Amino acid sequence: MSRWGTRPLQYVVLVGVAAIFLAPLYWLISTALKQPADIYQWPPAWWPHDLTWENFSLAWKAAPFDRFFLNSTIITLVGTAAKVANAVLTAYAFAYLRFPFKKVLFTLVLGAMMVPGHVTLLPNYLTVASLGWINTYAGLIVPGIGSAFATFLMRQHFLTLPSEVTDAAAVDGAGHLRTLWRVVLPMSQPMLITVVVITAVEEWNNFVWPLIVTNTADMRTLPVGLLILKDEEGLANWGTIMAGTLLVLAPMLLIFLVAQRYIVGGITQGALKG
Amino acid sequence: MTALDLPVRTHPDERRQVASGNQEQRRRRRREYRLFALLVAPNLLVIAAFAYWPILYNAFLSLTDWNMIAARPTFVGLANYANILTDPAFHKTLWITLVFTGLIVAGSLVIGLALALLFNQPLKGRGVVRTISFAPHILSGAAVATIWLFIFDPGYGLLRALIEPFGAEPPDWMNNSDWALPGLVIVYLWKNVGFTALIYLAGLQGLPKDLDEAAAIDGAGTWTRFRRIKLPLLAPITFFLLITTVIGTFQAFDVIAVMTGGGPGDATTTLSWSIYNEGFQAFNAGRAATLSIIMFVILLIVTAVQARVMERRVHYK
Repeated sequence: MSRWGTRPLQYVVLVGVAAIFLAPLYWLISTALKQPADIYQWPPAWWPHDLTWENFSLAWKAAPFDRFFLNSTIITLVGTAAKVANAVLTAYAFAYLRFPFKKVLFTLVLGAMMVPGHVTLLPNYLTVASLGWINTYAGLIVPGIGSAFATFLMRQHFLTLPSEVTDAAAVDGAGHLRTLWRVVLPMSQPMLITVVVITAVEEWNNFVWPLIVTNTADMRTLPVGLLILKDEEGLANWGTIMAGTLLVLAPMLLIFLVAQRYIVGGITQGALKG
Repeated sequence: MTALDLPVRTHPDERRQVASGNQEQRRRRRREYRLFALLVAPNLLVIAAFAYWPILYNAFLSLTDWNMIAARPTFVGLANYANILTDPAFHKTLWITLVFTGLIVAGSLVIGLALALLFNQPLKGRGVVRTISFAPHILSGAAVATIWLFIFDPGYGLLRALIEPFGAEPPDWMNNSDWALPGLVIVYLWKNVGFTALIYLAGLQGLPKDLDEAAAIDGAGTWTRFRRIKLPLLAPITFFLLITTVIGTFQAFDVIAVMTGGGPGDATTTLSWSIYNEGFQAFNAGRAATLSIIMFVILLIVTAVQARVMERRVHYK
């Protein structure tokens, strides 16, 4: 690797890149913590001189954010658990068990990846409506728990495990479920964490589906609640809106900081080896 | 789909069968079949009901004229397709979708590769900056869109504060039909180039070093080696990113919904927005289904092309 521009210039660019990606987040956090009066001063105060939590209580008053938070948390936890369980069980079956037409069935599972989610909105809405699931957790969660990509990742991983270990478990008389729980899963921990984190991020951020299957305030999720807060506040109260936005972002930002390498690992693995 | 060609490992039971009797063997096999069905059924059922069935359901609805209130849909044949495909408004929607997708694909490939090359230099702190640039990718699109609405705000936005000292006046981005679409593109790029950069970086680090070193010894400059060696070797990754970005951008929704709602006028009405608009605001199930089928066919072609090309030249590592 020789010169690609000079080194000092590269550092200037590197710092510039960091600034471009950090500035909006900094502006979000500082605005959420500013006194309403400070937000509308011009030129703006780059540093909030009088920190306040007032915007959060205003956001809480403008919309039932506690309820949104609860809904998002329930959907993320239950949805992720169900989807990952589906992925693990399906992947185990396809990796270790015999079944007629196994290849065809596996193609059917993976084929789901090629169905664009946006295309399924209307029919899935009608299906959920006909089941009486509008404004219910079932309607929010069930359509999303089918798993193709996560199944693919898990099965790929299972196939890399040494067969001696599962063979030994079978010789010792362990049934399949015990082998899966006691032998295969503990050996797959990094991949399991990756799949859990990627799924949880998706569930938390999901927007269009909760938007169309809920229409009462008590069943909204955080991202949808944010849209409603924004529309109701009419872009006049930026402090309130930024406080609400921070509530939506903060949990995922924290998970990202903790589990960053799993997310990055899973994504590059899916992209480069898929 | 390379995954399908992987060997399916045989179960140790299969090897022990020789010793056991015929009947015992059959019973064991039946038990295995039953377990397989049990493990796979929930997943397959949900996939069938919420991924495959919707395509058939859409195909059916697209042949009807249903307002989602009437008790039953009326069959209208291919009228929806004829109406939509000859509708100038649809042509504009398609054009906006293509421009939007083209700008985002071009922007994320070029900027993503540039970032990856930067992150591949032996610089202190590059890992931290790489992580920072990737973070927006995992953040809620609705929240990211809200932040950028404030940044673009013509009265109190960050962007105005940054360019006003230079004597420039920013446009009223989201209320200006010339600036709304470019504004959305900026937001999507900010959210997603970190992802593209990450994939490119992984690709760069997987490149064989000897070729590059040999070329350097032969006196090839940085630019020549980039153009003649790295870029061609990265072609499969570029292609992968091209396809996934096209598929993702076609379905982009949350940022549009929060920032413009398809407007002003129809300036940011993409195919994905008009599916939502027809289905859930105008309650034209027939038209929404037809638009869905059109999007499905377009993305199916894109995917098929990918499968063809990938089959011919898979050499990631």
